[in-house]
Amino acid sequence: MKKINCTINGTPIQVAEGTSIYKAARQAKVKIPALCYHPDLPAWGACGMCAVKIEGSNKMPRACATEVQDGMSIITHDPELQEVRRSTLQLILSTHPNSCLTCARNQTCELQELAAEFGVRDMPFKMDLQDIPQDDSTPSIVLNPEKCVKCGRCVNVCQEMQSVYALEFLDRGHEVRMAPAADVLLNDSPCIKCGQCSAHCPVGAIFERDETSKVLRAVRDEGLTTVVQIAPAVRVALGEAFDMEPGELSTGKIYAALRRLGFDVVFDTNFGADLTIMEEGTEFVRRFVNGEGELPQITTCCPSWVDYMEKFYSDMIPLFSTAKSPQMMLAAMTKTYYAEQQNLKADDIFHVSVMPCTSKKYEIVRDENMYSSGSQDIDVSITTRELARMIKSAGINFAELSDEEADRALGLYTGAGTIFGATGGVMEAALRTAYHLVTGADRDKVEFQEVRGLEGVREAKVDFQGTEVRVAVAHSISNVSKVLEQVKEAKAKGEELPYHFIEVMACPGGCISGGGQPYGTTNVVRRKRIKGLYADDTDRQLRMSHHNPAIAELYENFLGEPLSEKSHHYLHTSYTSRPVYNK
Amino acid sequence: MAKMSLEELKELRDKKRRELDTRETEGKSVQIIVGMGTSGIAAGAKETLNAFLDELDAHNLSDVTVRQTGSMGLDHAEPTAEVRMQDMPTVIYGQVDQKTARSIVREHILGKRLLEDHIFDRPAPDIVEEG
Amino acid sequence: MAFKQYVLVCGGTGCESSDADGIYRNLQKEVEKQQLEQDVQVVKTGCFGFCERGPIVKVLPEESFYVDVTAQDAEELVTEQCLKGRQVPRLLYREDESKEHARIEDISFYQKQFRVVLRNCGFIDPENIEEYVARDGYQALEKVLFEMSPDEVIEELKASGLRGRGGAGFPTGMKWNFTKQVEDAPKYVVCNADEGDPGAYMDRSTLEGDPHSVLEAMAIAGYTVGANQGYVYVRAEYPIAIDRLRIAIRQAQEYGLLGEDILGSGFTFNVEIRLGAGAFVCGEETALLASIEGERGMPRPRPPFPAVKGLWQQPTVINNVETFANVPVIITRGSDWYTKIGTEKSRGTKVFALTGKINNSGLIEVPMGTTLRDIVYNIGGGIANGKEFKAIQSGGPSGGMIRAEYLDTPIDYEHLQELGSIMGSGGLIVMDEDDCMVDVAKFYLGFTVEESCGKCAPCRVGGKKMYDILDRITKGQGTMEDLDRMDTIGFSMQRASLCGLGQTAPNPVMSSLKYFKDEYLAHIHEQSCPAGHCKDLVKFTILPDKCIGCTLCARNCPVNCISGERKQTHVIDQDRCIKCGMCYQVCKFDAVVRQ
Repeated sequence: MKKINCTINGTPIQVAEGTSIYKAARQAKVKIPALCYHPDLPAWGACGMCAVKIEGSNKMPRACATEVQDGMSIITHDPELQEVRRSTLQLILSTHPNSCLTCARNQTCELQELAAEFGVRDMPFKMDLQDIPQDDSTPSIVLNPEKCVKCGRCVNVCQEMQSVYALEFLDRGHEVRMAPAADVLLNDSPCIKCGQCSAHCPVGAIFERDETSKVLRAVRDEGLTTVVQIAPAVRVALGEAFDMEPGELSTGKIYAALRRLGFDVVFDTNFGADLTIMEEGTEFVRRFVNGEGELPQITTCCPSWVDYMEKFYSDMIPLFSTAKSPQMMLAAMTKTYYAEQQNLKADDIFHVSVMPCTSKKYEIVRDENMYSSGSQDIDVSITTRELARMIKSAGINFAELSDEEADRALGLYTGAGTIFGATGGVMEAALRTAYHLVTGADRDKVEFQEVRGLEGVREAKVDFQGTEVRVAVAHSISNVSKVLEQVKEAKAKGEELPYHFIEVMACPGGCISGGGQPYGTTNVVRRKRIKGLYADDTDRQLRMSHHNPAIAELYENFLGEPLSEKSHHYLHTSYTSRPVYNK
Repeated sequence: MAKMSLEELKELRDKKRRELDTRETEGKSVQIIVGMGTSGIAAGAKETLNAFLDELDAHNLSDVTVRQTGSMGLDHAEPTAEVRMQDMPTVIYGQVDQKTARSIVREHILGKRLLEDHIFDRPAPDIVEEG
Repeated sequence: MAFKQYVLVCGGTGCESSDADGIYRNLQKEVEKQQLEQDVQVVKTGCFGFCERGPIVKVLPEESFYVDVTAQDAEELVTEQCLKGRQVPRLLYREDESKEHARIEDISFYQKQFRVVLRNCGFIDPENIEEYVARDGYQALEKVLFEMSPDEVIEELKASGLRGRGGAGFPTGMKWNFTKQVEDAPKYVVCNADEGDPGAYMDRSTLEGDPHSVLEAMAIAGYTVGANQGYVYVRAEYPIAIDRLRIAIRQAQEYGLLGEDILGSGFTFNVEIRLGAGAFVCGEETALLASIEGERGMPRPRPPFPAVKGLWQQPTVINNVETFANVPVIITRGSDWYTKIGTEKSRGTKVFALTGKINNSGLIEVPMGTTLRDIVYNIGGGIANGKEFKAIQSGGPSGGMIRAEYLDTPIDYEHLQELGSIMGSGGLIVMDEDDCMVDVAKFYLGFTVEESCGKCAPCRVGGKKMYDILDRITKGQGTMEDLDRMDTIGFSMQRASLCGLGQTAPNPVMSSLKYFKDEYLAHIHEQSCPAGHCKDLVKFTILPDKCIGCTLCARNCPVNCISGERKQTHVIDQDRCIKCGMCYQVCKFDAVVRQ
């Protein structure tokens, strides 16, 4: 890439052509304040905080949106810029409630941080708040438009990153407000509850529904056996809330913390992931080898993706794997198989899942299949962020905890299970087992590098000893249509299918950057978390789901075999068309 | 009209230009041109136009053309009507309501007398045309 | 039998006050006396606009133009011109001592109205393409397609000095060249017809009166930059303009002047209309493009400029209606001719919508460099109702207020900017002594606050805060700190707003603060409105020594808050008074005072 020269506050620096002033300044270790800018999103230019000066011009362009030109002299800080930024910040503050102490984003709020950095001590302008009620219609996400600073991140996330178009700006001028498009309740909008809006919101205007008190109540209830499971992506991110590096594996500490919080039994969603591979892998082989069912098969671990498909691609329901997600499979087994072992009734168990995801809160009540044990299979699903808060408020020194093990019955997992948290991970785990199911042997090389990475769509042709399996992996919903439209076209024309197996995850990078993960996720953070998961995989002795002895036990003692009638009852689900805006 | 070639466009221009010129200098017929921009219409130019047609009909005047054009820019004088005919100066009338329109037909066209209170002016000279 | 001669006497307010009526009566008497009634008609007309030299008498068909005429001149005029057929040289208008001007067209006053953009408006039938063709229509397109290379078109435009008429005045030739130079396809041509300034209707009139001039120019732009598709973005509130444009597009297609292989040249160009819902911000070019794309009409950061990345991220030429309407004339007549009009840095003409407290409101087109005084007093016929001129606002809500002492400023981009105003799209609103400058600033800011898209914080929040402060001041509740706050907010808005709307929104406030600070201070320190306009600061009372008890005020009061018997002093109930000023207006004895 071509390099160009510029100076930042007089210091010469060389940057790649096309670099924004904002990024160039970062490169020069100069921090330009910003509120609306987020590296995941196109520069929106709303807040005005990143205004800079360019020598020879009397304008103040946005550092986030302006590319460096060769020979440019950029001034990022001077008294005039400081004055403009400070008064702009004070203007923004005059429209934002002063309720920091009780705000969901207290101490993680980017506006709070800016106010602190600027040392704002007075409010010269009259407060002018928007009186808009909170929208808590979905089980996952709460909208509090009163706190919105109109940075546009959520709208861009929802429209550009996710192609969902649930969130929009309504009205205009000082009355502009963030709201579900068409001004309906969020639950009546096309929202797929991915929660990326909440993960990107700089303030407390969109946040996960906090259900920690329900969990605490259950833990206190001595009549209940509290069971908890943690999703793959949680173990490489939770530590960030305790000043650990992104991607640093803290599985053992999390198990320990959960026991300190009072959970009776600690399971691991990774076991559920191994189980999912057994079911879904077998399902794929039936479709692919035996021709039982349509191809390509599409993964369904991601509830936001399932919700999106039911809303926008319901014609493709036959292509969807009927396998439940790992969390739901593990839950069904907890309240049946494990309950049986322990002589418990399903209702005696209170099952909590810790997920990187806001959509899981919705999945647990999605339809009657989520009550397969006769009880609600998962009672509460909390996000990584909620767990972090619980650990903090319980006074647990997380970073200093000694590692513990999960309870074995449904806690043992393989490397295949753990990589479920990264985009491409489900595909890779499935391929490892499907290879075995098709060829009768394990592949020498365990990894399928070709499905890894952060490219929006990754395609691969995999050789199953002479049989070609074509796969595609897509993450971020905006990348899905590229894949699905090709399938539709091929089907319409009666041509050879472009793929046999497709993995979709709604969030960019997969679950490791789910809507419920610690704040501050960028591609740099994503890569570190993904690296952490693959390291967990490599470190395992068992790296293929069908090698998991606990899984083998489960089939032997309870389920019989994959896709057995019992499996179908507990581990599979169905889908329905859910058109939007015609209720 | 079929699509034109370059030559046909040139021919059309020459022919039409002559027609337009004729209209201005030695026209046998009378022309009433009503300003029908938004401001004119808002001020009642449509009613004015209808009044002209109606009055012309009443007097069996068949050699009078009533045309529309865009705004003449004289918004304080809308609706406006320009009257062009032989033996009379070309005049722009302002504030031409229905009653005035009828008077223009009777006085200006039939009686060959200008209507005192409604004359606005001739159009500003068109420098573009003069070169 | 028609009259042979017409003697027109100006009956405008200005001339009337100089005894035009006496001239009229004497002329009539003289005509009768000399028994010319059969041949000569004396007519009292509307204002000729040239009030400075009134009373005016015009004689047709000779088109003799007499100025400073008195009643005593009537006899000589009739004898000489009507009877003997000779002009009266001493009364003829002379531009300078050496030249005599007998014909209207030679007189510079009329040349002050100089129609380039509006060349066909009010002349041709806009729904008949053949009339446009007859007026050299599509000759420029013909010329570029068969005689000029795209580079030559750009050179011609650059040489003409044409600058964008919609706002900041960017050179059109350069703009087109940027788009031409980008190697990317497809490219687009967009006409911005989203005229939104209050009181402005230049573009509407052009589209209604001469739609083909815009279509022709868009095709020329397409040929020049390598685009085959054009869009006209016009607000849905302009139904007549839209109709005429539709008809024009259809006719141009039928005649082969738009569409495939235009005139057999191999060049293809199509134009479609896109309707806007009337948001002011959609006049901002990046917001306009977003709107065409079906997105919410919000501005995007620039750069990248639309010339490089515009509609659907493709290179896009975007100009407003008036800019386009200049193009065919420049091509047909050449840049040499065009550069003779206007000033060195601002060539050509500018169309203005002249409104407010002026006698002759309307649409005018003048060469750049014409002074505001010419426009206000000569073309506009001065201030209505004999009131005192106070200020003129140019550039609509993005412009500033210009005080009387700057009336001799020649209008062009640079001079207006120096005065803290802008050319904008060409609104000119005249204010008189009854206008309160604080209230006027509040009005304009209220407009931009209402029309702000709400995307960027400085404009969204700053505008509203500033408006609230102005509102307080007009109610007598302002403080000196408020003035400082407005300074701070205004500076941040001008610098840190995302688009031109926000960056210029404080202009009316900042310029009125600069030029009319005394009015602000009066509101703040004395809780009084010098113009007697701000309702909360005005009080109407009846002077007992002047009131004769005629009951006129009481009968006109819309809220019946004036009491008093016939022939007794009347009293206004201050608690119920809504300060409409009706009593003040109707009182014939100056008994009602406004404080």
